[in-house]
Amino acid sequence: MTANGWLQIVIFLALILAVTKPMGVFMTRVFNRERTFMDPVLRPIERLIYRLTGVDENHDMRWTEYAFAMLLFSAVSMLLLYLMQRVQGHLPFNPQKFAGVTPEHLAFNTAASFTTNTNWQAYSGESTMSYFTQMAGLAFHNFASAATGIALAIAFIRGIARRQMQTIGNFWVDMVRSCLWVLLPFCIVGALVLVSQGVVQNLRPYDTVKLLEPQQVQHVGADGKPAVDAKGKPVMDTVTTQTIAQGPVASQEIIKEFGTNGGGFFNANSAHPFENPTPFSNLLEMFAIFTIGAGLTYTLGRMAGSQRHGWAVWAAMAILFLVGVTVAYWAEARGNPLLAGVNQQATATQPGGNMEGKEVRFGITNSALFATVTTDASCGAINGWHDSFMPLGGMVPLVNIMLSEVIFGGVGSGLYGILIYVVLTVFIAGLMVGRTPEYLGKKIEAYDVKMAMLVALVFPLVILIFTGISSINGFGTSAISNPGPHGFSQMLYAFVSGAGNNGSAFGGLSANTLWYNTTMGFDMLIGRFLMMIPMLAIAGNLAQKKYVPPSLGTFPVTTPLFTVLLIGVILIVGALTFFPALSLGPILEHLLLAAGKTF
Amino acid sequence: MKQNLKIAILMTIVTTVLLGLIYPLVVTGLAQLLFRDKANGQLVSRNGQVIGSRIIGQAFVGPGYLHSRLSAAGAGNGYDAANSGGSNLGPTNQHLIDRVKADIARLQAENPGQPVPVDLVTTSASGLDPDVSPAGAEFQVPRITRERGLSESQVRQIIQQHTEQRTWGLLGEPRVNVLEVNLALDQAKAMAAK
Repeated sequence: MTANGWLQIVIFLALILAVTKPMGVFMTRVFNRERTFMDPVLRPIERLIYRLTGVDENHDMRWTEYAFAMLLFSAVSMLLLYLMQRVQGHLPFNPQKFAGVTPEHLAFNTAASFTTNTNWQAYSGESTMSYFTQMAGLAFHNFASAATGIALAIAFIRGIARRQMQTIGNFWVDMVRSCLWVLLPFCIVGALVLVSQGVVQNLRPYDTVKLLEPQQVQHVGADGKPAVDAKGKPVMDTVTTQTIAQGPVASQEIIKEFGTNGGGFFNANSAHPFENPTPFSNLLEMFAIFTIGAGLTYTLGRMAGSQRHGWAVWAAMAILFLVGVTVAYWAEARGNPLLAGVNQQATATQPGGNMEGKEVRFGITNSALFATVTTDASCGAINGWHDSFMPLGGMVPLVNIMLSEVIFGGVGSGLYGILIYVVLTVFIAGLMVGRTPEYLGKKIEAYDVKMAMLVALVFPLVILIFTGISSINGFGTSAISNPGPHGFSQMLYAFVSGAGNNGSAFGGLSANTLWYNTTMGFDMLIGRFLMMIPMLAIAGNLAQKKYVPPSLGTFPVTTPLFTVLLIGVILIVGALTFFPALSLGPILEHLLLAAGKTF
Repeated sequence: MKQNLKIAILMTIVTTVLLGLIYPLVVTGLAQLLFRDKANGQLVSRNGQVIGSRIIGQAFVGPGYLHSRLSAAGAGNGYDAANSGGSNLGPTNQHLIDRVKADIARLQAENPGQPVPVDLVTTSASGLDPDVSPAGAEFQVPRITRERGLSESQVRQIIQQHTEQRTWGLLGEPRVNVLEVNLALDQAKAMAAK
């Protein structure tokens, strides 16, 4: 670990601190439908959309209708993405002439993945998807799923803020305003900044270039195996060209991060030089991942009338972020003790550390930082392969997702995720003093806690069941690429990532199979919608309640004590549930590695 | 119910057109207008022939060239820029340990007595890493010098010219662009024909 490394981490957090208030104030104005400086341009577009689709923007919805509209939008757009993939061979913007996506379960998996803001990718972008599918299918869902998440977070905040009301807003209006005001302007500017760094943005066919030094490559026979001649000598081909994949990358790259989606245009995601060419583009991408999540804590404080509560939640997030990044940075900077004779020391001329699956321009600091950020939020973009991280370094992303990605979190989902923990926190605090718990003037009663527990239980249940079945069946274990405890971690990570709607992977797992595509598809859908519906139920229930002014017995949710208790509840509920699984995977691997054991 | 279903269908269509087509096409237009070279992948030509992208790595194995990092993108020596990806080998995987051991033996034969910088024996994340660390480049100076008949200081100077420091002295890591160095090496002195 170096001074420069820590400085880069601190500066990143300082930027997030700085953007929290302006972003929060802006989103408050947008969702309270107050005037903003962008109205002259955006308001006519908004009105046009409502006219074309028949939305009554003054209609307020009960939570059931809100949930129903959200589900319908998700279902229809998911179906469209499935169809688009299947017929992409007949659609425009397909210079590489890719055929429709096969098999069906891969197309289903991808449709579920992008609809749920997960962006788990069982395919490789540059060899599967046409530019049309990338833009109108995948990038579109990056917007739609992010806007849906933000809308739901706002609905939840309204539930807290409103008194004796039946309604929590209009899903269509919240979703459209998220797209137009929050997502689109930032993305247009951000995409162009990324292009200025070297992220490509074109519709041209892949370029074929002549290599400076032709390469000898062993011929691969029709059976897919390296070919040998009669004497057993390898048959060599001379490769003289390199095909360079292109595409409309920047426009997708920016929403991939800003909407915490994470699905790379290319297989290598944000490690690919055309997705993330410079340290500055890397900083911008990480900044984009946290911006909305951080801003929403301020929006919460503002709309619910307790700014200090917003900051208390922010502080809990920041502390958990720092713990994660410290562990990841430490584990990766130490390097791999099994590699004897390699200089893994960080110096002025080399990053040192565990560089397997990392890029030189990012080194250890920015790879560990990116891995932490992308899993604190439900992004799932990667700039280095988590599978090749050290056991404890790779455990940080895993644990981050297990905590439900509430550390700044996915856009919207991070906020309502942590508010579930907040409800549990005030409930536990209430139990300690023997009073009915209150949260910002609302009594938290049995119904609310039941719904919160439903959210807290569905998540580990679906993960552990699928991982368990995979571990004891050939169709599960045959996908493993790293034997030993690491193989268990690969399967566990997949289902955690799916249910958490993260989308990053221990990428060695060969997940493009009927079993994984199908179960991961349901894993993602359950992880998304079985969280959203109980969460909206709580919002609807809270909105109906009377305001109870705080009394001496009220547990204040604005103090450092609250922040500490909240962190405690997150760790206990989140981490303890998964501790047995963790000890079979990364913890065991760490201990065996220290003993010099390999697999 | 029926009303919301109708809205859902129309909303999907309208927002797909706006966010899935108009937005990326407008950005493409602006990018091509403002940053034409960057938007098209910074392709580099020599003698009228496109020979690569400045920011996409290529494989180099000839002793007179600066070697890129190991790549798991595609078959053979990797660097298949239509097939990016990493090795995804875990830290306790015997294949990783064996591979590194073999590469260390090879590299130490080239430059005895020097510890091998880690980036030279590890695969990159993209498989297309255009850079090596300055230490990784320095390690290769004696071999390149021998093979090219250039002086060490000439080779070092070329490497230096294509070394990028941290952005604003702060962000990222120092790095050496391999393709640029090799183009400059070819220009400085072509290798003796074999």
